Amino acid sequence: MTKTPFAIAATLVLTIAPASSSGHAQENSFAQVERGRYAVATGNCQGCHTIPGEAPFSGGRGLETPFGTIYTPNITFEAETGLGEWSKDDFWQAMHNGVGRDGSHLYPAFPYPHFTKMPRAEVDAIYDYLATIPRVRREKPENDLPFPLNQRMALLGWKWMFFEPGEYQENPDKSPEWNRGAYLVEGPGHCAGCHTPKNLAGADKKDQNLQGGVLENWSAPSIRAGRNGALADWSEDDIVEFLRAGRNRHTAAFSTMAEVIELSTQHMTDRDLRAIAIYLKDREGDGERKEADAPDEVVVTAGEAIYFDNCSACHTSDGSGIPRFFAPLAGSGKVNNEDATTVIRVILEGARSVPTKTHPSPLSMPAFDWKLTDEQIAAVVSYIRSSWGNQAGAVTADQVADLREALKD
Amino acid sequence: MARKLPPVDVVLVGFGWTAAILAQELTDEGLEVLAIERGAWRDTPTDFPPTLAPDELRWYWRKEMFANNSRNTLTFRNNRGQVALPMRRWGSFLPGEGVGGAGVHWNGQTWRFLPSDFVAASHNTERYGPLPDGMTVQDYGVTYDELEPHFDRFDKLCGIGGKAGNIRGKIQAGGNPFEGSRSSEYPNPPMHMTFSQHQFERATRELGLSPFPGPSANMSQPYTNPLGCQLGPCSYCGFCEKYGCGNYSKASPQTTILPVLMTKPNFKLKTHNEVLRVKLDKSGRRATGVIHVDTQGNEYEQPAELVILCAYQLWNTHLMMLSGIGEIYNPATGEGLVGKNYCYQVMSSADVFYEDKYTNEFAGAGALGMCVDDFNGDNFDHTGLDFIGGGYIANWTTNARPIETHPTPEGTANWGSAWKKAVKENFLKSTSVGAHGASMAYANNYLDLDPTYTDAYGRPLMRMTYDFTPNDLKMSAFLTERVKEIAERMGGREIKLNTRDGPYDSMPYQTTHNTGGTIMGSNPSNSVVNRYLQSWDVPNLFVMGAGVFPQNAGYNPTGTVAALTYWAADAIRNQYLRSPGPMVQA
Repeated sequence: MTKTPFAIAATLVLTIAPASSSGHAQENSFAQVERGRYAVATGNCQGCHTIPGEAPFSGGRGLETPFGTIYTPNITFEAETGLGEWSKDDFWQAMHNGVGRDGSHLYPAFPYPHFTKMPRAEVDAIYDYLATIPRVRREKPENDLPFPLNQRMALLGWKWMFFEPGEYQENPDKSPEWNRGAYLVEGPGHCAGCHTPKNLAGADKKDQNLQGGVLENWSAPSIRAGRNGALADWSEDDIVEFLRAGRNRHTAAFSTMAEVIELSTQHMTDRDLRAIAIYLKDREGDGERKEADAPDEVVVTAGEAIYFDNCSACHTSDGSGIPRFFAPLAGSGKVNNEDATTVIRVILEGARSVPTKTHPSPLSMPAFDWKLTDEQIAAVVSYIRSSWGNQAGAVTADQVADLREALKD
Repeated sequence: MARKLPPVDVVLVGFGWTAAILAQELTDEGLEVLAIERGAWRDTPTDFPPTLAPDELRWYWRKEMFANNSRNTLTFRNNRGQVALPMRRWGSFLPGEGVGGAGVHWNGQTWRFLPSDFVAASHNTERYGPLPDGMTVQDYGVTYDELEPHFDRFDKLCGIGGKAGNIRGKIQAGGNPFEGSRSSEYPNPPMHMTFSQHQFERATRELGLSPFPGPSANMSQPYTNPLGCQLGPCSYCGFCEKYGCGNYSKASPQTTILPVLMTKPNFKLKTHNEVLRVKLDKSGRRATGVIHVDTQGNEYEQPAELVILCAYQLWNTHLMMLSGIGEIYNPATGEGLVGKNYCYQVMSSADVFYEDKYTNEFAGAGALGMCVDDFNGDNFDHTGLDFIGGGYIANWTTNARPIETHPTPEGTANWGSAWKKAVKENFLKSTSVGAHGASMAYANNYLDLDPTYTDAYGRPLMRMTYDFTPNDLKMSAFLTERVKEIAERMGGREIKLNTRDGPYDSMPYQTTHNTGGTIMGSNPSNSVVNRYLQSWDVPNLFVMGAGVFPQNAGYNPTGTVAALTYWAADAIRNQYLRSPGPMVQA
C-alpha cells in the first residue's frame, strides 16, 4: 500500500478515460469522481462556495475584501444559475486563466493565481465531481464593489501585473514529498490567500510568502516553520496533527482555519499532510524579531488578577493550558503574533475549536465583551503577552476599542 | 386535529441521559431516530459557559435550570387522608427540562447499586424472614452480573474517577470492598481530596470502616471518551449540582454524546415540543406513535415503530397514566401497577465545625468526597434492627455556595447579627458528613392522577402521596448514629446533627432521586415493564429511567439508570429488532 489514492486514481484515469480533455465530455467513473472529490477537498472549494448550513457548492457566500464584498457563484451543475452549461474547456479557462465562460476576467478572490498550478487532468476531475453533486438553483448576488473595481476590464491590468498562469513546475533539487507539499500549499491549498500579506492592489506580496496576513479582522499567522519561522517549534508531526485533527500540543484551530480543517485538510491523506509539513518546515523566517517593550508593571499586576479570575480555570495558572483541550498560552503563536488582533478578538467574541473526525467536541471559549472593559482586556492581553516566556509586548485600550468598534459592523 | 407527520423508526420522549444513550445506540444500528424534547436546546458555550455557569441566583434560586412548574407540576400530600396541593415551586427535588435533562445539573456521583439491591426481596426474605406488612419491595428481574458490562460502558463514556474495590472478584485496597465485581478499574483516578476528606478517612479507619474515594463524573484529569468526546479537568469551582458545568468537566449528554450524535444523518431532535400522550391502536396492545404539541399549540401525530419514554421518572409515569397504558395503582384495593412503589431517598447529616482549621468548602466539586459503604444495603447484619437497607455515608466537599449554604453551630440564632457572626466564623471552617439512605416501597406511597388540578394542556396533574415509612425512619436513625460517630472523630470543635424525622416535607431540598411508578419485575402481575424495560401491555413501548426501580437503594441513581438503559438498548438491538414482540413471555 505505497500508492496514495491520488496516484491510484491517476492511473485509473489514464487507462479508462483517455479522452478526459475532450471539451464537454463528462467522465463519471468512480475513480474519476473520487479523484475530483479529493481535489475539491485539497482546494476547499466548499468553504467559499457555500453559505454555512445551506446546500453545498450552491454559492452566494459573501467574501469581505478591502475593496468590497464579492459573492461566490453557484458551482453546482444547475443549468441557469450554476455550471450546467459549462464545458470542461470553459472550466479549465476559469481555473487556469481566470476567465469566465463569457470571456470576462474573474476577480482574484477566486484564487486562480494558485489554481493555475493544477494540471489539466486534476481540473477535469474536479469538473467531473462537481457534475455529480445535487444541482441547486441559486442566483449569485451582485458584488458590492465601487467603481471602477466593478468594471471587470479593470482586472486586465491587475492580471497583467500580478498573475502568472502556469502549472506547477517540479523543483528537481527537492524530494518528491517536498514537491507534493509545495504543490498543495502554493496550488490548490492556496494557503497564501490568508497567510501572505497583500499589497495595495490586494495581490500577494511575493517576497513575504506565508509570513502572515490580516483579513476580515483576523490575523492569519505566519506559517513558515523553518529556522526563525513563526512555527519553528512545530515539528512535522505537529503540523500533520493540526491539519488532520484541528488541535495539537500548541494550539486549536478556530474561525477561518477551522473551516479549512473541517472541509479540507481533515479529509486529506496523512501522506499529503506530511508533504505539506515538509514543505513548510523548509520555509525559513526572515530573521530575529526585535524585542518588544515589557508592559507597565501596574498593567501586568491588573492583568494577572483578571487572568486568574477569568482565564486560569481552563488555561491554567501557568499558561500551559490543557493541550488539545484548552489552548496553551505560553509559547502560543497566536499570543506571540506581533499583531494582537486575534488574541484581542478571541477575548471579545470567544472562540470555538473546530469539531473534527478526530476531536468531535467543539470545545469553546465564551465571549468576554460584555464582561470586561477595554482597559481590562488590554491589561490581560498585555499580561498574557509578557508572561511565561511570551515576549510580544503590551497592547493599549485603544487597540481593543478599535477592534470592538470594527466588529460591530 | 393533530397533523400526521412522516413516520420514523424510533421516537424518544424527552432528551436527557437515557434518550442520548439510546439515540446513540439505535442510530448505530441504522435506525431513523427522533427525540422530542419539551424544553430548549442547551449547550455549554451558549447556555452555561464559565462566565454564566456559577450564577447562584439565576440557576438555583430563580429555578432557571429546572422544569417549568407553571406549566406542569404535581400535587403532593403525605397521606390519603389529606387533600393534595400543587407544588408551585420546586423544593425537595429539582426535575430538569431541556436538552440534557437533569444530566446537566447533577452532581456526578456515579454509583452501581449492590448485587443484593437487585434482589432485595428474595435476599432479605431469605436472610431475615418475611418482609413486614405493607412493604412492597420486590426484585428487579435483572441481576448485577447481567448489568455489569453496561455499568462499565457508562463509566467509560463518562470518564468516572474512582478506585475500584473489587476487580473480577479480587478485593482491591483503597476501594469499596462491598461493591459488586467490576470488569475493570475506573477509567480515571479519584478526585484530589482536601482536608475534610483526610479527616473523614482517618476517622472511619479508626472506627474499623473501609473508606474509599467517591466515584465521580467530575473529571480528575482531562479525558477523551470512547466516542472521541473530550472532557476538561475539573477546576473545583463547586458549581455542579443545580448548575451546568462551564468547563466541560462534568459528564453530561452534552459533553459525552451529543458532539457525535448530533452530526448523524439518521438522528433528529425536535425541541420545544411536548408529548401529550402515546397513541395506541384499537387493540390497545400496540403504540402507533405519539401526539405532541408545539409552543403555538399546534398538535402533531408522530408515527413510530418503537416508542421509548425517556423523560424524568415523574413524567414517564404521568404519560403512562395519561395514555391509558396499564391500570393506575389503587392502594385501597392493591389493584393496578402504574404509579405503584413510588420511593425517594432518606438523607441525614452532621455538620462538623473546626476551631482553627480551614476546610474551604467553596473549593469543591459535586463528587469530591470520601465514602464508606459499611452500612449500605445488606453490607452489615440487620438482625434485630427491624429494618432492611441502608445507605452510604460520605464527606462530600460541594455546594458551599454563598446564598445557599451557611452552616452554623447548634443553638445559633436563625437570623440577625448573631447569625451573621456565626456564618462568618464558620463558613470556611466547617464540613459535613451525610448518610444517603435507601427508600423501601410501601403500599401507601404512590402516584396517581389528581382529581382537581390540571396542567397547561388541561390534563390532570399527577398526584404524589408520600411519607417516610417505618423502615425509612428506623434505618435513618441507625445511619445518623453512625454519621455522628464518624463526625465526632473528625477533629472538630463541635458537631451539629441534622436528623431526618417524619413527616416528609416537600420543600427543603433533599435529592432529585424520585423512583418507581413504572416498576420492573418478573411478570405482568407485579410490574409495568419486564426485565428489558419493555411494557408488558404494549410490547413496542419501552420505559427508561428510575421509574423502573421497584424500590430505591442507598445510592444516587444515575449509574444504575444508565446501565439499565444500555442493557435495554442491547436487548432492542440484539433481540427485539430481530423479532419485534414481547421479549419475556408472560
